[in-house]
Amino acid sequence: MKYAGLLVMPAGFFLSMTALVLFINPAQRAVFVVCGIAVEILGLAVAIRGHRAAPGEIRP
Amino acid sequence: MNLTLPVLSDTLIALTLALLLIAPLAIAGLSLINTGLGRSRSAAQALLGNLAIFAVTAIVFAIIGSAFSGCLPGGISHIFQTAGKPWNWLGAGPFMLGGLASAPAQSQLALIFEFLAVALAAQLAWGSGADRWRLNAGCAASAVLAAFVFPLAAHWIWGGGWLAQLGLNFSLGSGFLDPGGAATVHVLGGLSALAVIWIAGPRRGKFPREGLSTAMPGHNAAYVLFGCLICLVGFAAWNLAGAILWLHAPMAALPLTAINTLLSASAALAATFAVTRIRFGKPDASLCANGWMAGLVASSACAALVSPAASLFIGLVAGIATPLLVELFELALSVDDPSGAVSVHAAAGLWGLFAAGFFSPQHGQFVAQLIGIATLLGVFLPLVYLLFWLLNRVVPFRVEADGERVGMDLHELGGGAYPEFVIHRDESYR
Repeated sequence: MKYAGLLVMPAGFFLSMTALVLFINPAQRAVFVVCGIAVEILGLAVAIRGHRAAPGEIRP
Repeated sequence: MNLTLPVLSDTLIALTLALLLIAPLAIAGLSLINTGLGRSRSAAQALLGNLAIFAVTAIVFAIIGSAFSGCLPGGISHIFQTAGKPWNWLGAGPFMLGGLASAPAQSQLALIFEFLAVALAAQLAWGSGADRWRLNAGCAASAVLAAFVFPLAAHWIWGGGWLAQLGLNFSLGSGFLDPGGAATVHVLGGLSALAVIWIAGPRRGKFPREGLSTAMPGHNAAYVLFGCLICLVGFAAWNLAGAILWLHAPMAALPLTAINTLLSASAALAATFAVTRIRFGKPDASLCANGWMAGLVASSACAALVSPAASLFIGLVAGIATPLLVELFELALSVDDPSGAVSVHAAAGLWGLFAAGFFSPQHGQFVAQLIGIATLLGVFLPLVYLLFWLLNRVVPFRVEADGERVGMDLHELGGGAYPEFVIHRDESYR
């Protein structure tokens, strides 16, 4: 979980990059970029959840 | 640097130099805030760490980082072609500041700006690792930031890299704009802070087995609030210098940038004051300081680009969101962030960058800002996490349990910041 979220985040970035190259229409481009950011936020949420300290936990 | 931009007049060059001599006040203010928000038994280590990080980042950036940031002329950039467009992804200037003496004054000023920016970005992570991050590990992480990560961001955004050229290559406004360093300094520093928090873990006793997190308030609210006042001067100078260097703003546009900086911070403070007053019955000094700083951070993205009314709105949103985010990160997500860098710098920086595009009249600017945000989240957080995770294997981030118990001052420096004070045993340790 910890690392899966962090691996999803670059996928969102590449989705946004794809929008730049694939679309010329500004609206389509904007929607695709927003989708890429949504994927990144999803990845961030998973990463945060994976890193959540359990009660009493102290990492070395 | 984009060499097709107009050359600055002598007056603007002199003014920029003066502003860059004032800008380190932001670093001084942040050092005070970091120290005040930590514990008294770690105060000397915290402040020494801020100084040491400034020194380490300056040396490493001079030797290695400045070559990759591509700030000085004379070097070439690494460019690849995809879909018929050039993607300028890395500077390739001379190492060890080669060619500095013969570079135009404008390039030299840009270099000074980057020296200060990398120090401030590294300090943000240091504040979040307070009370458990070892000094040598903090310096090593700062060196990594200054050598590889920051130069990449600086080149992409300020050095004529692919983000700066989004306007030229894809007709997206003026490309990704970040005149005051919201992205390269605050978001990058805030995301680095998150990586440090994840790797080092929470302070001992912060999240006890019994449930609710333990409150560990900063030891000196006066340091924190005075640091905020110093930061106003530093951030205003920073925003003005950035507007001149990266936007080529004329002299007549500068007072508006200064006013917008003040308005954003003021609105944010007023909003945080009201939110904490409503939630807790009394305004919270530490959270109000966070709100003020969030307003300043948001202004660093857009003070030179938006109207005063928009600045007020941007500050207001930053001020409302910051105390709620601080609570969310600590209580719901178990993120132990003593200085609040993730909420104050990363989140407010992202909001400022978003708002700069949202309020821009230029066609395509909003999408350019979104692509910049996507890059910060999708490239730099995983990259920094990976580098810090590897570094942690070589130089362990977290201090031994005994170091946390006696305090970082005694453990790492052999003496405390307040030798005449009695340091009480911490009852929160279980």
